[in-house]
Amino acid sequence: MTGSDRPAAGPGGAKLRTSAMIASLEAEGRPTVSAPFGHALCRVAARRQEVVGMTADLGKYTDLHVFAEAFPDRFYQMGMAEQLLFSAASGMAREGFTVFATTYAVFASRRAYDFICMAIAEDNLDVKIIGGLPGLTSGYGPSHQATEDLAIFRGMPNLTIVDPCDAVEMAQATAAIADHKGPVYMRLLRGRVPDVLGPYDYKFELGKARLLRDGRDVLFVSTGIMTMRALDAAARLAGERIDCAVLHVPTIKPLDIETILEAAGRSGRMVVVAENHTVVGGLGEAVARALLSSGVAPTFRHIGLPDAFLDPGALPTLHDRYGLSVDKVCGAVKAWLG
Amino acid sequence: MTSANPSHRANVSLQERARRIRRYALRMGQVQGQGYVGQALGFADVLAVLYFHALAFDPRDPDWEGRDRLYLSIGHYAIALYAALIEAGVLPESELETYGADGSRLPMSGITSHTPGMEITGGSLGHGLGIAVGAALGLKRKASGSFIYNLLSDGELGEGSTWEAAMSGAHHGLDNLIAVVDFNNQQADGPSTNILCAEPLTEKWEAFGWYAQRVDGNDIDALTEAFNKARACDAARPRVIICDTLMGRGVPFLEAREKTHFIRIEPEEWELALAALDDGRPQ
Repeated sequence: MTGSDRPAAGPGGAKLRTSAMIASLEAEGRPTVSAPFGHALCRVAARRQEVVGMTADLGKYTDLHVFAEAFPDRFYQMGMAEQLLFSAASGMAREGFTVFATTYAVFASRRAYDFICMAIAEDNLDVKIIGGLPGLTSGYGPSHQATEDLAIFRGMPNLTIVDPCDAVEMAQATAAIADHKGPVYMRLLRGRVPDVLGPYDYKFELGKARLLRDGRDVLFVSTGIMTMRALDAAARLAGERIDCAVLHVPTIKPLDIETILEAAGRSGRMVVVAENHTVVGGLGEAVARALLSSGVAPTFRHIGLPDAFLDPGALPTLHDRYGLSVDKVCGAVKAWLG
Repeated sequence: MTSANPSHRANVSLQERARRIRRYALRMGQVQGQGYVGQALGFADVLAVLYFHALAFDPRDPDWEGRDRLYLSIGHYAIALYAALIEAGVLPESELETYGADGSRLPMSGITSHTPGMEITGGSLGHGLGIAVGAALGLKRKASGSFIYNLLSDGELGEGSTWEAAMSGAHHGLDNLIAVVDFNNQQADGPSTNILCAEPLTEKWEAFGWYAQRVDGNDIDALTEAFNKARACDAARPRVIICDTLMGRGVPFLEAREKTHFIRIEPEEWELALAALDDGRPQ
């Protein structure tokens, strides 16, 4: 894509700026909640004395500062050293503590993989790996865009993987993973996070998928912020007499295969997996495997990021460019339906 | 000085402990016909001083909360640690026959879930000291008086994560953390000092804020003194003991061998090696 193809202005002509490391998903026409992870962790810590927080120089940028201010003696600053961060989290967990260790998803997945795998997962230790800027939620370019974090972590035995949709789910999932014994990787939505699931009387259950709306023509199987996009797309497509269901899958591993097969097996619906992740090795491939293995063969389509290093830029621009915007999701579905 | 030596064979000298550890390691190596026997022979004196002088532990209860933790970052030294655990009474001697066999509790590289007394899964080098930093912080949270010992090797010092951990241990003032470096100057591709030289090593650790000592790792008296000083040091600093050791120590024809990182010993040589150890038995 050449420079001249790139939109210089967003909706209403506002200048779009690179949303650098402070990735915010507000301006979706929804109310937002500030630092839902940080506040939820404080509530967990109030009832569980063994919960501690650790970070690698990203407390302020992973909402852990809320916890650090509330529980200063339970907060450990490990410096800009992610291998140490997860090794130390392992040591702390060996002494009986439940550790929430935060950094950016790129640094956890790419830089510290061996340390998480051998020091934490192999011994099934109680460390919660909280990864900021997951998938494409930063405009800062490949150094900060964790477009392949799910693919990397899905290969790790013992590790539970959670990709929350919104502020409601961030808070509920934080409590749920604290109560789950064992290692968890959770994608973090930080800063001002939209409230999407509030109207749905939603209750996060680790390992469970949940049908948020039903529809005859298309079944979205979505995770993370793409559930928000799928819900918006479904609302818009309803006006064009395209009836979409949305099955939200916040736990990537272990996958709720039973619910997915049940929903996908219902007659005639096209299955569209939507994820904020490269199309390689994430939810789409996990769902495809589950469908094929069980002999369920619906029309299958996949919305995800390309297998490429992505451009820097403003998030709305990038989401549109790479197919994650509501416009692009609606366009893809209509094209597939012919 | 805390010492919870098992009561059996309580009057055995540390020199004899080290010889027995060497013997157990050789016998395990003999089972498989190969192994990191050179390291085990070289490091046996350090292990003898650790288990029978420095460490608080209960052989009947390897997970006793009050124990000192010993992390074997160098997972390929498992044969040496198993030998020490047998001598310490944590593992039965009869089990050495299973070394490296399918289903054995004594795999060829150390794995926590397989072996009593194996605190971490080492082997992927550069992990141990970071885990030790976290555990030392955890022990302090619990107001525990236990020490964390982390056994690492000179080759492992090439892993940058070790130095992240070294910096952190000093930053957090971890006076309950003792690193032990086996400096045998041998790694997979040759002498460590030719591959990625860590010298000047004592000065390096000191510059990182540690209380550092360097001793002859095959001199039992020097080792006991070094461990005493490491524990007794009253500075709020982590401690390191760099132990210069000789690969194959105690078996002259192995000491003389040029390539000792992963020794292949001919079938008839095992008995010769065991006999050489017995010849050198302390009086």
